[in-house]
Amino acid sequence: MDYSQFLFMPQEIGLLFVFLLVFIYDTFMPARMGKHLPMFTTILTALYTVYAFFPCPDMFGTAFGGMYESNPATWVMKNILNIGVLIVMLQAVKWTNDDFVSVRRGEFYELILLTLFGMFLMISARHFLLFVIGLETASLPIAALAAFEKRYYESHEAAAKYIFTAVFSSAIFLLGISFVYGMSGSLYFQEIATSIMGIKSPLLILAIAFVIAGVGYKLSLVPFHQWTADVYQGAPTAVTSYLSVISKGAAAFAFMVILVQVFGALYAQVWEWMLYAIIILTITIGNLFAMRQRNLKRFLAYSSISQAGYIMLGVIAASQVGMTSMIYYVLVYIFSNLAAFGVIAVIERATGKVTMDDYNGLFRTNPWLAFTMMLAMFSLGGIPPFAGFFSKFFIFVGACQTGSVAIYVLVFIALVNTIISLYYYLLVVKAMFLRQDDCVIPYIDSHWTEELALTICVMGIIAVGVASGIYAFLNQVTGTIAPMFTMVG
Amino acid sequence: MMEIFSNILIYFVIVPVLTLLGLALCNNKGIKAIRTVAVVGATALVVLAIYLVYLFLQARGSGDTSEMILRSDVLWYAPFNVKLALGVDGISVVMILLSAFIVFAGVFASWKMNPLPKQFFMWFFLLSTGVFGFFISIDLFTMFMFYEVALIPMYLLIGVWGSGSKNYSAMKLTLMLMGGSAFLMLGLIGIYFHSAADGNLTMNVLEIAKNNAIPHNWQLWLFPLTFVGFGVLGAMFPFHTWSPDGHASAPTAVSMLHAGVLMKLGGYGCFRVAIYLMPFAANELAWIFLTLTGISIVYGAFSACVQTDLKYINAYSSVSHCGMVLFAILMFNTTAMTGAVLQMLSHGLMTALFFALIGMIYGRTHTRDIRDMGGMMHIMPYLGVGYVLAGLASLGLPGLSGFVAEMTIFVGSFEHTDVFRRVLTIAATCSIVITAVYILRVVGKLLFGEVQDEHHRQLTDATWEERLSTATLIVSVAIIGCFPNFFVNIISDSFLPVVKALGTMI
Repeated sequence: MDYSQFLFMPQEIGLLFVFLLVFIYDTFMPARMGKHLPMFTTILTALYTVYAFFPCPDMFGTAFGGMYESNPATWVMKNILNIGVLIVMLQAVKWTNDDFVSVRRGEFYELILLTLFGMFLMISARHFLLFVIGLETASLPIAALAAFEKRYYESHEAAAKYIFTAVFSSAIFLLGISFVYGMSGSLYFQEIATSIMGIKSPLLILAIAFVIAGVGYKLSLVPFHQWTADVYQGAPTAVTSYLSVISKGAAAFAFMVILVQVFGALYAQVWEWMLYAIIILTITIGNLFAMRQRNLKRFLAYSSISQAGYIMLGVIAASQVGMTSMIYYVLVYIFSNLAAFGVIAVIERATGKVTMDDYNGLFRTNPWLAFTMMLAMFSLGGIPPFAGFFSKFFIFVGACQTGSVAIYVLVFIALVNTIISLYYYLLVVKAMFLRQDDCVIPYIDSHWTEELALTICVMGIIAVGVASGIYAFLNQVTGTIAPMFTMVG
Repeated sequence: MMEIFSNILIYFVIVPVLTLLGLALCNNKGIKAIRTVAVVGATALVVLAIYLVYLFLQARGSGDTSEMILRSDVLWYAPFNVKLALGVDGISVVMILLSAFIVFAGVFASWKMNPLPKQFFMWFFLLSTGVFGFFISIDLFTMFMFYEVALIPMYLLIGVWGSGSKNYSAMKLTLMLMGGSAFLMLGLIGIYFHSAADGNLTMNVLEIAKNNAIPHNWQLWLFPLTFVGFGVLGAMFPFHTWSPDGHASAPTAVSMLHAGVLMKLGGYGCFRVAIYLMPFAANELAWIFLTLTGISIVYGAFSACVQTDLKYINAYSSVSHCGMVLFAILMFNTTAMTGAVLQMLSHGLMTALFFALIGMIYGRTHTRDIRDMGGMMHIMPYLGVGYVLAGLASLGLPGLSGFVAEMTIFVGSFEHTDVFRRVLTIAATCSIVITAVYILRVVGKLLFGEVQDEHHRQLTDATWEERLSTATLIVSVAIIGCFPNFFVNIISDSFLPVVKALGTMI
């Protein structure tokens, strides 16, 4: 075996290195040093994030006989996930040192790093075997994470629901793959793409449907979304935020690569219309359910379902602009959603309150938390000058570039839904700023790591939109994989 | 990149942003510092705006006939060819002037704002940033962005500092206007993808108009989207329902800025984007929107007659007057369009004056219901005289701004020889009479009627900052009324490209 192939995966190697260090620290350090583990991991992850940001020379290419590919786009996607994970870890530092959680804090970080590794494999996989390994590595440990607050009944429920859905959808996904394998005799993306070209068999349509269902559950696209609200509500907030942005982002990246690279030739015939229906359902149902939620974690669960629908608008564009806009959307979404979850986490840790009514009058006592939450809501709702406006606009432009009237109609439906979503995002703002309450949440002295995490998010929300260089850079990066889109037809 | 800072226009955005940041640095309790920063910011805007008028007149005087002056482009989002493209023509210049004066008057009208004055002024200046940014940009993307920047502060301004059923009104206003901008966004994306026949897509209004490449069948879809999108903000029937509730609940300065300036964004946008870029569809579909705006004019005026809340009366009268702006724009000739811009100016100042006075009266009597008030002329003569002047301007007394504007509009509209437009014009002209009815009804009851509440006799007249605020507006109304030619000269050239684009179609 040619070991120099591993040089193509510096990000994965670095991540495993961090994981091993954390594991060694957790296992061999005396118990009294345990309380420093969260900080140790976070600093290591921060260093690793910076390291991963600088591409190694000759790191782009394929390895392991074409099963693994590293290109500028995968490199950027992984970096974006790294930033998100870093923010999640910063938010969790204080929480993992809580009395009930602290005995297991090592596992929290180890599982997060491992699932991230799985997501990296998903993004880089060019062979379904590797992809499934990545998918499973990224899914199963999350059930353990969801059950992290062992003392709560909801946490168990969340884990059980998650694992059942995960296993079931994996099975469906594998069935889809087996159909594809039966027809093409290969599991390599490229080989499948060439051998299914021109085939119009119902089996293939079924296979595509199964693949969409299998990945769709990770993205919580309707109708594969049923687990989302309960899991988001029951899981600890740090895990929920990880689940809602990182896991979703990674799945979106991988999803686009599979659909375009493997099934690109069947775009207009098959999956454009499947995705079309799914997007309408996802955005609309996510929005309609979000309106009625009083628990903020459930609220954000439905909001993130509808956001996933917007992300899919980049996929249905099946073009370079669509891909750029999708990566950009995920980046913005990471900052916005993590800001919202960050505020929820701080308040939940200090007071245990998570419903919208508890937030009444929050602005009077905790102006900065309220301000951050407001920015997050505005950004999620697509209000300029915050980043969410730009990402929405660009993803709409990307979708409309296909030029078909049907897509214009789709974008129109999405736009109408933006207004609905604005309504419920404003409900949170209304609670914090407009309402008064006798039992307002008192002033919360948040930990500096939480403040740092929120500051990063706020800066992201404000800067990512206005600084146009980020989008231009992403566009340049996706330009290197543009040939992939020539197959779309 | 840096040369954009040598363009005076960018400072119309920078100054409010700096004011906003300056306010953020103020102490929550330091009301004096907050007022100082706000006044400095507003004054700087007025000075800049007057200087801009001077620059504009100088440029035109020296024979510069380019469509937009003070042009500068900075590439912002290269993949979409989105630029920060600045430039003004006569219409934007007078709109900027109007906005600056209303922001100035608004700061003084909210002198005693309570609670949270700092946050109030911060949102207020964010709103102004959006307004000025909209008027200085000629790139569809930045225009749209600033447009939305101007909308969202309204939610908090009404929700936190408003009165009455403020939660409901704030949500209704925000969602309806954002709904309009959803139409608009789709329209703009459609325009963008058909902006050039040769594939060099652009968002620059001037270039799109020059290319004139939008296929006719697309225009027929995109024109209604953009016109309705902007028309919602221009309170076009049947999308006007946010306006009465919103204005009634908003705090004084916000009503002033919103009715005075923000609603003009709608008219300006309809003119600059919908009609200018899609002349074919504008011609084809004008009859639909003429009918709708005609209904706005008459319906708004009638509704104002039966209201008893001062702010509702004025809000419905705004629906009527803003309908007149859109109505005149749709007449597609220079006279009517000149009238439309004059009406924007006139209505902006007059309605701001109305809302300022209503706010001041409400601050004293704590009621806005005209049935509970009377005899205010004796109790607070300064405010009373101001109210009469605003009312007379509104019903079109010669010498004040309303007369010039409405006269020009109706003369211009009647220039058309077809029956449809003439009938509509005649119907719209009736609104002048109806306006007189509701204005005189309020003036008679509120100012000269019997004193309804003995406590009202102890009320005091305007304080100095209130006098300053209203005097600024009254003088402006009179200046437009007496010297309309000054403004007509500034704006007249700006219609030529549009009328030319429309003319090739007819």
